[in-house]
Amino acid sequence: MSTAKQIYYFATCLVDLLYPKAGLAGMQLLRREGVEVIFPHDQTCCGQPAFNSGYRDEALAVARAQLACFKREIPVVVPSGSCGGMIRQHWAELFAGQPDEAQALAVAGRTYELTEFLVDVLHIRLTDLGEPLKVAIHTSCSARREMGVADRIEALVGQLDKVEVLTQERKAECCGFGGTFAIKQADVSGAMVKDKTDALRATGAQRVISQDCGCLMNIGGAFEKQHARQGDGPTAQHVAEFLWERTA
Amino acid sequence: MNQARAFHHRIDKALHDDQLRRNFRSALSGIQAKREIQFPDDTQLQALREQARAVRASALIHQPELLERLEANLTANGIQVHWAEDPEQANAIIYGILEAAKARSVVKGKSMVSEETGLNQYLEERDIEVIESDLGEFIIQLAHEPPSHIVAPAIHKNRREVAELFHRFYPDIPYTEDIDQLTQSARLILREKFAGADAGISGVNFAVAETGTLCLVENEGNGRLSTTAPRLHIAITGVEKVVEKLSDVPPLLEILTKSATGQPITTYFNMISKPRQPGELDGPEAVHLVLLDNGRSRIRIDAELLDTLRCIRCGTCINYCPVYVQLGGHAYGTVYPGPIGIALEPQRLGLDQVGTLTSACTMCGACAEVCPVKIPLPTLINRLRAEAVNLQRTSTPLAGRGSLRKPGEASIWKIWQRLYSSPGLYRLFSFAATRMRWLTPVSLGGWTRYRSAPRPAARTLHELARQEGFRHE
Ligand code: SF4
Repeated sequence: MSTAKQIYYFATCLVDLLYPKAGLAGMQLLRREGVEVIFPHDQTCCGQPAFNSGYRDEALAVARAQLACFKREIPVVVPSGSCGGMIRQHWAELFAGQPDEAQALAVAGRTYELTEFLVDVLHIRLTDLGEPLKVAIHTSCSARREMGVADRIEALVGQLDKVEVLTQERKAECCGFGGTFAIKQADVSGAMVKDKTDALRATGAQRVISQDCGCLMNIGGAFEKQHARQGDGPTAQHVAEFLWERTA
Repeated sequence: MNQARAFHHRIDKALHDDQLRRNFRSALSGIQAKREIQFPDDTQLQALREQARAVRASALIHQPELLERLEANLTANGIQVHWAEDPEQANAIIYGILEAAKARSVVKGKSMVSEETGLNQYLEERDIEVIESDLGEFIIQLAHEPPSHIVAPAIHKNRREVAELFHRFYPDIPYTEDIDQLTQSARLILREKFAGADAGISGVNFAVAETGTLCLVENEGNGRLSTTAPRLHIAITGVEKVVEKLSDVPPLLEILTKSATGQPITTYFNMISKPRQPGELDGPEAVHLVLLDNGRSRIRIDAELLDTLRCIRCGTCINYCPVYVQLGGHAYGTVYPGPIGIALEPQRLGLDQVGTLTSACTMCGACAEVCPVKIPLPTLINRLRAEAVNLQRTSTPLAGRGSLRKPGEASIWKIWQRLYSSPGLYRLFSFAATRMRWLTPVSLGGWTRYRSAPRPAARTLHELARQEGFRHE
């Protein structure tokens, strides 16, 4: 049974602007479990893009602006592995020695990635209402290594009895997104996402599920571009949207 | 050519070489599989990593005293110790020793530190014959190429390429692509060199302060021959290789060989503690150790960057790097490639020289996950990125700080900061972006070469959440 009656939902920038349906699905999943989901109006971004690029002062200013949104001692749930990793792992570095360090660490300490929260805190049980489907799961590197929650998405998708999960070769290898890496090293990133999408296609999966919008933008965007050239193929979808779609 | 353009040029070349990329993919997948077999139990692996980390961390903290003890004990054992500030000094010292001993030919065991100093070229320019005796090093010496990997220097070549190379240089040997036969041929060629060489030069894996012992890990026996057959042995290594006690060596050795090549132990493990003693039948008459600093003391000053020096040069981070596998080692253009190269080389050579290396990282963390001494490579690389664009941090001994700051990029981040730290402004921006989503460019440079362009949704989650009756605060 759930112990958390109220949570803050921190959508983060990519979800807000590019994947709001995935963000909303995450909120609906939480609400269905009896959790009151609070969406702080003033939230924007965890600061990761600038932090990743070395612009720490800029990252700090943006991260700092979030603190006021998450004041109460309730969990902060983030539907993105890399933003979760940023808050939980890197805010400590970013805020080190700052006057609001303690406040930032407190928020970091009660931050959860969405799949982690659904499994570890809510012990969610899902009933699959969808059609049979073959999927492959791509776990983001931050969810896997920074947050250590790679198996949560597997556990959730594993509960859906009409979904067959296929495993791609070199599953744990990075898809090549890496934030500004995809711009600064566009061709290397392109080669990486080609390898990743090839491996995913080779499984025969109809859909690729991930808990990270960066990976989705990369893998899904590559699929789209490839489809335009070579016809049909898999699509990429956020795990929250996928779960909601099949269980609501 | 500036460093960024030169780097992109090398990357471009690597990405267009399909054979090269296939070679790397297949070689690295093989090494990864072999490593994983060695660590069936994750709890044990983590305990061993922690032990290895602690040994190396403590050695770095006590490095000045340990180096003094090392020198005293080596000297007492009859091994002569030389200190070199920079590559030029190290090369001059080694050349001086060879000159004094009238040595004209050298066989070398594998040494990355000698790559740092450009020793081979230095000696060859002074008419000393240098033969690399490690099989991989031998191959790339024939090809006139630098190593592309710190443990497997010829990893970029497949067997056909090696066979062709042998055939070109040794036309008398029948052409074969059989690895065992190729190895056999190399052995025969090298045997003669070992017998005739005036001196042997090797690296060092661990230098034990307590006993004055130089440990050398290898698989081919070439290290043993280089350090015992010729009458003179010169070892060269970085000052950070010192460890305190003999009992520090077993955990490091175990995790080194298991991680680097997936072997429980290497075929040879040499512990060199003295030159030949009266009555002994073999071994060199004189043994020298050259300890190179080359920026290491500077790195040691910084409490965070210090972690870089824990490295035991196993190459595992390289084997797991998803960028390295696409590019291979030569694209980096530095002695050390891959994650450790990105972390170390800008510190050694300056951000102004090779700082753009830091862009060749997705921060995926695969390297740090496998590093046997738990070096937080992505954290170090991120720190270097910050130093490269930041002008204000002053306590750092890094060369070239702020040198990669570009006004255009910096102002984009300033605008980003304004937008994302002022909720009102952000809402205005995101409202506009969603309402004018058809104006989103369909072509976004490098991104859209491989993917479709991302497009803002029709409504932000801010709006959807409110519509769906979620509580706003
Ligand atoms: S950084 Fe770690 S993994 Fe990489 S070579 Fe050094 S010790 Fe090995």
